[in-house]
Amino acid sequence: MGFLDALLGRTKPVKPNLDELFALPTAALTLEAGSDFKPTGSGSVCFRAAEGKAFSDIEHDVTDLLSMGKDAAPVQVTVDSYRFTWVVCKHSPDDPEGLVTDLHAVNSSLEGGGFGPQLLCTIMAFRDSGGRSLGLVYLYKRGTFYPFAPLRGEQRDNALELQIRGVLGSDLKIEPDLTRWMPIWGAPGL
Amino acid sequence: MARTRYASDPGLIARMGATMFLLGLVFVAFGVGLVYLIAFASTYKHGGSGVSSLSGDSIVIFAVIIGVVSALASYFWSDKIALRTSRAKLVGPNDGPEAARLHAIVDRLCAMADMPKPRIAIAPTQMPNAFATGRNSKTAVLCATRGIMDPRRLTNEELEGVIAHEMSHVAHKDVAVMTIASFLGIIAALMVRMAFYGELFGGRGRSNNQFTAILLPLMMLLSIVTYAVSFLLIRMLSRYRELAADRSGALLTGQPSALASALVKVSGEMAQIPTRDLRAAEPLNAFYFTPALRPQRPGQGGGGLANVFSTHPSLQKRLAQLEKISQQLGQQQLH
Repeated sequence: MGFLDALLGRTKPVKPNLDELFALPTAALTLEAGSDFKPTGSGSVCFRAAEGKAFSDIEHDVTDLLSMGKDAAPVQVTVDSYRFTWVVCKHSPDDPEGLVTDLHAVNSSLEGGGFGPQLLCTIMAFRDSGGRSLGLVYLYKRGTFYPFAPLRGEQRDNALELQIRGVLGSDLKIEPDLTRWMPIWGAPGL
Repeated sequence: MARTRYASDPGLIARMGATMFLLGLVFVAFGVGLVYLIAFASTYKHGGSGVSSLSGDSIVIFAVIIGVVSALASYFWSDKIALRTSRAKLVGPNDGPEAARLHAIVDRLCAMADMPKPRIAIAPTQMPNAFATGRNSKTAVLCATRGIMDPRRLTNEELEGVIAHEMSHVAHKDVAVMTIASFLGIIAALMVRMAFYGELFGGRGRSNNQFTAILLPLMMLLSIVTYAVSFLLIRMLSRYRELAADRSGALLTGQPSALASALVKVSGEMAQIPTRDLRAAEPLNAFYFTPALRPQRPGQGGGGLANVFSTHPSLQKRLAQLEKISQQLGQQQLH
């Protein structure tokens, strides 16, 4: 927000960056090669529902769009304890491109409806052979990614997260500011 | 090209800009008036008025020095001062369920607003309130009282609306703006005091110099007028900044009605406390000039002069703005 905007109390809502998402399929391949983590095929978009009919209409349009023309890709819409809405898509684990296309469709519909600022993040879920889960979180407002490895009881495996950062550093734009690596407890799919 | 629902409010911006401009104008007029007065008096000053220890220019110098020092001190230490006075303690995300809840709410709001996360504090009082302070994003602190975090009082969305409002204050650099705006008022007030005491204690030995004798009262008059005008303008500016913070907070969460409902709940409770105090101090009412100056209860129509002095806009105004935002968000057609 520019200085004049701040001075006059004129907040400009941050526009989301939608395009970096398409780097995810390549990153998934690198991750598989460089570590034990494979995509589970599950991905989700997190946004803050705005009030009013316009937003709920767009939400319905989005779920209809994703459910039609697909044989086995159910779409789930859940609301978490902080009243953020999660749209969860499930594809087969070896189709990250299809998953990312679906996720991008959700984002563009919201943005086309003028609700870009309501978008929070997108998570693509991974799992290793030991059962550990990992999420690659994409922050729309920063246009960057960060790894999130939850353990039981609201703990994070920071060492694993930093290790993944090393593996993916050249493929994805990893968020440089560690204070922005926000935990997302209870994210669906992880 | 993305169309946007988040249109800014040009009327509010214009009014705020006009108020800041007028404040600056008053500042300039004050400075010019002072310079004239002192120049005028010094050309007629003959030797022999040395009994008065507080002469015109030393008053100005003292007032400016004290004003600058106090304004800078309150600006640089705004976060520490606010935390001390409210007895708030800084908390981390692991310091209990309340702290964890507050941290989680702020985390998500910061991610949505692309803002660096401020430090978090909780104040032990039961009165519902929240504030944000600190001169820049590194020293920013967001404090909520136990009373406002009580889940029986406000729901999660309402609390989030209040916190988004406070975070907007940080983003708009309100601490800096209001400190600079009040700077003039501080200096004018100090000058009134010093001119008054200068009259009182230095008046005896100056009868041989009539121009120095009218300098101090004139300075006092100028200072009083400046103080009064800047006081009103500063209050007006504060009201506009509150409206702007309401607006930004509502747009950030996308839930203007949640903030509206929080305002109604909180103001309903806050109104109880001042009226009880006033009844306890009933004898003082005799000193009020007119009944119009007694603070009105919210919902009882325009408070006349009372509203001109208040730092926050009336509840009706805030609710009206939030309602308008809610309609904008719900519009099917975009502009």
